[in-house]
Amino acid sequence: MFDAVFRNITFLLGGFGVTLELTACALVGGIALGALVGLGRISPKKWIYLPVTLYVNFIRNIPLILVIFWFYFVMPIIAGSSLNPFVSAVISFIIFEATYFGEIFRAGYQSISKDLVSAAFSTGLTSPQTARYILIPVAFRRMLPSLITQSIVTFQDTSLAFVIGLQEFVRRTSIVDNLEVRSIQLFGFVAIIFFIFCFIGSKVSHRFEEKGRRTGIL
Amino acid sequence: MIEIKNISKWFGDFQVLTEINETIERGQTVVICGPSGSGKSTLLRCINGLEPFQKGEILVDGVSLSDPKTNLYKLRENIGMVFQRFELYPHMTAIQNITLAPMKVRKWSKQQAKEKAMILLERVGIPDKADSYPANLSGGQQQRVAIARSLAMEPKYMMFDEPTSALDPEMIQEVLDVMIDLAKEGMTMLVVTHEMGFAREVADEIIFMDFGKIVERGSYEEFFKNPKSERAKEFLKQIL
Repeated sequence: MFDAVFRNITFLLGGFGVTLELTACALVGGIALGALVGLGRISPKKWIYLPVTLYVNFIRNIPLILVIFWFYFVMPIIAGSSLNPFVSAVISFIIFEATYFGEIFRAGYQSISKDLVSAAFSTGLTSPQTARYILIPVAFRRMLPSLITQSIVTFQDTSLAFVIGLQEFVRRTSIVDNLEVRSIQLFGFVAIIFFIFCFIGSKVSHRFEEKGRRTGIL
Repeated sequence: MIEIKNISKWFGDFQVLTEINETIERGQTVVICGPSGSGKSTLLRCINGLEPFQKGEILVDGVSLSDPKTNLYKLRENIGMVFQRFELYPHMTAIQNITLAPMKVRKWSKQQAKEKAMILLERVGIPDKADSYPANLSGGQQQRVAIARSLAMEPKYMMFDEPTSALDPEMIQEVLDVMIDLAKEGMTMLVVTHEMGFAREVADEIIFMDFGKIVERGSYEEFFKNPKSERAKEFLKQIL
């Protein structure tokens, strides 16, 4: 019943490999930039807070597909040469996902009470020690379920990169479909693969959430 | 000795502390009471440098807090502090909460820090809770772990910021008993509390604050039997 899938399995899995690579790059960049964006969003300095807030609000209120399009078509005009679709997609995703990760980090940072920090200081711990042993571990445990959930969303979002011709999983599947004309089984296969990964991810996220609740950290 | 000399503090335009003067000798227990918003907690936070103040001077064993050369981290090692809402590190067990600062600040070995922690847990009456996480402890137990955590640094001074006001009534005494023992053993203590039983038993001096000022001070007898100011009389009527 999956005959068309098996005939083209290497080509299709190659596309899935591109999807995984794109996801990995988007997550590393998006989470790193998001951690900074989160800091910017709680900054008391207006010249940091305002531009960062503007960036977050702007990006979060336009569809991802537009960010991908814009970046791909506008960049050559600014930079003078066209970017390779993979690099262009990675940068678009980092810009987009960092705003979502940024809000998760902001909430994580804000979940730490002033008195918890005072308690650590009052035992003689220094600021870097307090950050290392108290703030980061507690905030990270609180953020983990949301970070995993947003990572799953990012993984699903990467399929939108097909609009700029990137040969990721969905794009390659549609190429195969043009030859084989077996849409139901081919896209069914894609759906199953996405479902398995996302389902496992959401279970893991749920696990951490329950653990957080049980240990009183959430 | 802690010397508070004429300190004033503002949050923006709002003056939270007005010309506070007080000296706490070694071995003394001073109780601070007063209505909420009167600046009691802020005063404690100023003493260990958690809050800055704009005027006046605080000296701890002769070292000035406002001197830029003073290492506040170092100073805080000698001043333990206990909070209303315990503020235990939620991701660590009771014993890890207690051993963290001795290991990281005093550079004790894990073994040494653990031995000390067990002695302290014994002393606050919950050695069997060493491996429990804060979420699995009652409020009274959490507060006793918090006291042990402060004591682990072997501070010269202990400050308590309403240590029993977040507790269920049946748990208040177990925490007060630990504090009373501590005072009787000669610890220098500064306690913000409305627990008058505690004040009667161990307070060398009671300070009554209102609107950021010290309105009245005296022994337990003087303050409770014969309050001088109208504000203190009113306040006592409400809490007794």
